[in-house]
Amino acid sequence: MHLRDSPPDHAFRTALRGWLADTLPSLPPAPAPDDWPARRAYDARWQRLLFEAGYAGIHWPREFGGRGASPTEQLVFLEETALAGAPDTDLNFVALLHAGPTLIMEGTREQQQFHLPRILRGESVWCQGFSEPGAGSDLASLRTRAVRDGDHYVVTGQKIWTSGAEIADYCELLVRTDPDAPKHQGISWLILPMATPGVEVRPLRTMQGGRDFAELFLDRVRVRVPAANLVGAENDGWRVAMVTFGFERGTAFVREMLDARRLVVEVAQLVRSRPPGSGLGWDDAGLRREIGVVAAELDALWALTKRNVSRAQDGPVPVAGGSAFKLFYGEARHHLGDVVMRVLDRAALSAGDVAGLPNSRLVDAMTHGYAVNIAAGTTQIQRNIVAERVLGLPKER
Amino acid sequence: MHFEIDDDQRDLIEGVRDFCDKRFPIQVARAFGATGGFDRAAWRDLAALGVLAMTAGEGDGGLAMPVADAGLVFGELGRALVPGPLIACHLAAGLVDGVAEGTTVAAAVDLTGAARGGPGPLLVEHLRDADVLLALDTTGVRVLRTAEVDHEVLHDPFDPTTPVSLVRELPDGDLAAGPEQAARLLRLGSVLTSSLLAGNADRTTRLAVDYAKQREQFGRPVGSFQAVKHLLADMFVRAEVSRAAVDAAAVAIDEEEPVGDDPSATVNRAAASARVLAGRAALDNARSCIQVHGGMGFTWEVDAHLYLKRAWILSTSFGSVDLAAEAVADHVALES
Repeated sequence: MHLRDSPPDHAFRTALRGWLADTLPSLPPAPAPDDWPARRAYDARWQRLLFEAGYAGIHWPREFGGRGASPTEQLVFLEETALAGAPDTDLNFVALLHAGPTLIMEGTREQQQFHLPRILRGESVWCQGFSEPGAGSDLASLRTRAVRDGDHYVVTGQKIWTSGAEIADYCELLVRTDPDAPKHQGISWLILPMATPGVEVRPLRTMQGGRDFAELFLDRVRVRVPAANLVGAENDGWRVAMVTFGFERGTAFVREMLDARRLVVEVAQLVRSRPPGSGLGWDDAGLRREIGVVAAELDALWALTKRNVSRAQDGPVPVAGGSAFKLFYGEARHHLGDVVMRVLDRAALSAGDVAGLPNSRLVDAMTHGYAVNIAAGTTQIQRNIVAERVLGLPKER
Repeated sequence: MHFEIDDDQRDLIEGVRDFCDKRFPIQVARAFGATGGFDRAAWRDLAALGVLAMTAGEGDGGLAMPVADAGLVFGELGRALVPGPLIACHLAAGLVDGVAEGTTVAAAVDLTGAARGGPGPLLVEHLRDADVLLALDTTGVRVLRTAEVDHEVLHDPFDPTTPVSLVRELPDGDLAAGPEQAARLLRLGSVLTSSLLAGNADRTTRLAVDYAKQREQFGRPVGSFQAVKHLLADMFVRAEVSRAAVDAAAVAIDEEEPVGDDPSATVNRAAASARVLAGRAALDNARSCIQVHGGMGFTWEVDAHLYLKRAWILSTSFGSVDLAAEAVADHVALES
């Protein structure tokens, strides 16, 4: 049991650190969160730089154009990019972490040859059409229909929580192709080109004020998707959607967790800059303890990440480690949010920057915990998974 | 980086677990608190495993094993609720003859930290059974003969498996080690105590899960109800996360330096973070364990309260959650 870099990991870290130091100063300032075209251009540029340097698709197999990095190298990549303040995958998240790996595992040769290079070069953006207004935690109850009509499917339905839909080129779409089969067995996985006539995107404003999500309406006119866009076999889409978890090494939330650690440092510095006696300065033991607890929780999550990655050297992260991370991270994010608001005190009456305080970031950090505890399996669903699949407790029904 | 127990460590853990099952079943802990309950033969058997001498240097008669290994072993001792001055003897093993072998028994008192210099009484665990008392503060380590310490064994300790003495006056004694060694031992004591706490948290999770599977109400196991399941899932998560934090602190001591620019790998910060996590995990899990056991959890007969009481004692020993949280905050403040 050790934490030191192996010689190859050390070499990888050193080279990456040098590349980041050379490359990051050339990046333009990050665009405004609601300027989708600018965000797309920014993320495409960053992805192109990664591609040219050989860091694109870091965990993808080499035969599909990826770097084929080991899990520990992948972790070094997340750590170093976070430390350097490099851009996150952002709009390329679905393509790089979900759609691409799905095509690698289940796509046809044609689908792979067309899509994978475009994803790696940052030329195509994907969004995810899984959840529906009536299918959230119970995703397999989804009702968007696809009916075969010659060499096309005709799709009707509605999707929700589709990040980046406004500027995405493709959507990984789960549809019901057999309404009579048991719910997990009548689902198919389709590549939906977002330019298809009849695809209507409506932004969905979040509690943070931004348009991070959208709804997809596929029911105004007949949306026709080529049958060649079917990934995997018809009615085998549930399994296809699940195979990407074989790629998941419990690192999906690691970058933002590392960014949260930087935020704690920033909060501590803000507190230290204040005069004593205000109840909001470093002389307040209660405040110091709250900050220390959050920092300790994030330290522990970083340790758990290393454990999960070590366990995933030869395969996916066991469900126990992944769910433990997600559950504890959700809790830590709420604690972080509480600390941020307590430190800002009445300055948090403004959600925008005020009097030199970076409220636009800090206040978002407060509300972000609410997203973490719902996205990618709510806290309650995660607890059921741990209880039933890890601890072996009987199902409720 | 390979942050997972290897095959040798797995064997080590299983060996200690087997030993505890045979030599330190829970009845031994229950009997421990009674007058004359300290079983010196069992203690020597424990020492014969090498548990007390694991991290002391070879020149001091120790085994010079990694702290990471000791942490795993102490996790097992915590799971099994093994009684006795485990940490005190581990710290004394390189300083006092006979402790490593279990023939001399040491108690210890940490005189650093706000709580220790405060107005409360000076209460010391295991002094009743100890031949010597290790007193640690920032100036060094002093070894006192128990016979020279003015103390009184209390009749009603909070944890029935941990005898407690009120020390009226602590003589100066002889300095056995300087400030550097004292700091090293205090940190080691803190991390190994955190490891006992993490083991305690893991054990209460198992106890509660087992009970929830067999206890039936409304015609089904209570563990099938989500209200109970979610308590159990949270217990599991706390135990897992705290184990990772404690192991990271132990490895940080072994490696003596941070990895890359990782601030959490700083030895003192990692030790403090581990205490925050393990202290809270043990106390929260013990609380949930009693809750899951329902009325039986409130009885003397069911073991759940013993884990709660031990967790509470340990959480005040060689640091506290509050002081550790402040220490972490101070490290964060030093980051640029």
